[in-house]
Amino acid sequence: MESNKKEILFGLFDDETQLLAAVKEANNQHLNIDDVYTPFPVHGLDPLLGLSESRLHIAGFIYGMIGTLTAFLGMTWVFVSDWPIIFGGKPYWPVPSFIPITFELTVLFSAIGMTVTFYTVCGLGPGVKAKTLHDRITDDKFCIAFDVSNTTDEDNNAYHSLFSKFGASHVETKTM
Amino acid sequence: MSAVVSPIRKPLIYGNKTYHQITEDICSPTEKAPTRQWIIGFIVAVTLLSFGVFCILWQIYYGVVVWNLNRTIGWGYGITNFVWWIGIGHAGTLISAILLLFRQKWRTGVNRAAEAMTIFAVICAAIFPVIHVGRIWMLFYFIPLPNTRGPLWVNFNSPLLWDVFAISTYFTVSLLFWYTGLVPDFATIRDRASGFRRKMYNVLSFGWVGAAKHWQRFESLCLVLAGLATPLVLSVHTIVSFDFATSVIPGWHTTIFPPYFVAGAIFSGFAMVQTLMLVTRKALKLEDYITINHIESMNKVIVLTGSIVGVAYLSELFIAWYSGAVYEQFAFANRAAGIYFWAYMGQMGCNVLSPQVFWSRKIRTSIWWTFFISIFVNIGMWFERFVIIVTSLARDFLPSSWSYYYPSWNEIGIYLGTFGIFFTFYLIFVRIAPVVAIAEVKAIHKLAGNQYRFSNQGDEHHEPHGSTSLIADDNESDNQDDHSHNH
Repeated sequence: MESNKKEILFGLFDDETQLLAAVKEANNQHLNIDDVYTPFPVHGLDPLLGLSESRLHIAGFIYGMIGTLTAFLGMTWVFVSDWPIIFGGKPYWPVPSFIPITFELTVLFSAIGMTVTFYTVCGLGPGVKAKTLHDRITDDKFCIAFDVSNTTDEDNNAYHSLFSKFGASHVETKTM
Repeated sequence: MSAVVSPIRKPLIYGNKTYHQITEDICSPTEKAPTRQWIIGFIVAVTLLSFGVFCILWQIYYGVVVWNLNRTIGWGYGITNFVWWIGIGHAGTLISAILLLFRQKWRTGVNRAAEAMTIFAVICAAIFPVIHVGRIWMLFYFIPLPNTRGPLWVNFNSPLLWDVFAISTYFTVSLLFWYTGLVPDFATIRDRASGFRRKMYNVLSFGWVGAAKHWQRFESLCLVLAGLATPLVLSVHTIVSFDFATSVIPGWHTTIFPPYFVAGAIFSGFAMVQTLMLVTRKALKLEDYITINHIESMNKVIVLTGSIVGVAYLSELFIAWYSGAVYEQFAFANRAAGIYFWAYMGQMGCNVLSPQVFWSRKIRTSIWWTFFISIFVNIGMWFERFVIIVTSLARDFLPSSWSYYYPSWNEIGIYLGTFGIFFTFYLIFVRIAPVVAIAEVKAIHKLAGNQYRFSNQGDEHHEPHGSTSLIADDNESDNQDDHSHNH
């Protein structure tokens, strides 16, 4: 996750409509946006940034299936092979009795697996120091960031004019 | 934004808020010194908690004998309180998960606190079966560990074991869901804080920065967790009801139990959310976010689930008579007119009759009515569990073993102690975490904030004046503000 220090040029917008318009314009000009930071999920932003749909739910399904199999096969092994016992005249393999625990473990595995995956792929976790560009981004500002470590003056001018055109309230360069 | 909201919908956020104002309003309670009310509440809660811990230690030391259980009545206060707390916990998941799937946007005002309530209620609930086992150091017997006590395994056929899995899964999933939702909001507080608080919130917020891809994954995660939590919450109380329904005790052995317990759980959970929210919104000045419309919506859920519960009670009575089974008939006659008739009256009166007043709009939009009815429902749902558990056991098959049960000081003390635990956690929660989900409220703001709701109609005179008068006592002048203000 960690890379070398980058020089980031970012602009803050006051409203998500400005942000969306600016991102659209950046796409038209083929400007390479490093990232966009918002205080809440802005709908309609993902396709503009070319973000493909998250595959987290597929991972969740796989974790869930692992849970299903663990529970069902585990209980089956215990009651059929490891220590067969007759409970109240039920058969050794009482499938309906296995449904509740199988369901619970499916949900448990899926939820834990997905959450751990989410924090891992996002590089988040306790002790991770936030690389905050500006303190208001988690409050009310919508931020577009460009990586200007290796860009030409022409690019930089294009970024600045984009910010001024869409009314960025604050523009700053930071080394992260 | 693009979604269409019906013009007759009332706004969910009042007071011409900007995004920054929302942050200010919701974060400020965590940033100020605690108020006097809070300190007094906290002292009371911690006192109760300490007494509860003392009672629990007493019970662990002397054993279950300090409870007034006997051979006939083996389940009393402990299991009553367990089911009661678990039921209360159900509203949080219902609000955050089921209402998320149904796209009920009003849930954003109350979901955070309701989820917190879920987690604390489940902790309180879990205490009871854990200490009820008597020898708490043998608790690991619940865990399917092979070959540590002869090659015997746990009984996977037993609903009591299903309960262990259901409750621990429920607690874990609720905790993950709640905490993941809190992460962006902790980041908001972090970026407003300095010094030690900034460090603390940096740890709590997991380094969240609000990147677009993170938000996308976050929404995906929350949606799937909601999808998982929805059947989960239904399964938990279904399984709790199996603890009774799969036994052969008249009064317990009923196929109606799963849906009836689930409806009852939602019913009591919403009542507890109301009780807490009415106090929280006032104490933290969140009346613009937890509005009278939220209260009304929750009251509608209460009257619906209360009526379902009422129908279930009457169905039980009818089926007991219709079945022709004398033991079943006796169990229900004994419930209604036997030694515990007062508990049955409490159950029927508080659960079936009292919420019916919410058919009147005037009453369900009244704060005081809501508060009192929510307390009644909490009491009624406690009586329901007491009636089911204790009256069914007290008069069993053999008249020679009939008995009467009342709680010992220790049982009452532990019950009071769980209130202490619950409110201690809740009061710490309102000091540390934003009580309303900041990011979620901002995300619905342009659909549901009052300045956007009414200015979108083009003609401000279309503002439903009825709605302003309904909320007039809560936010006096906010609605007279400039409605044409728009970004």
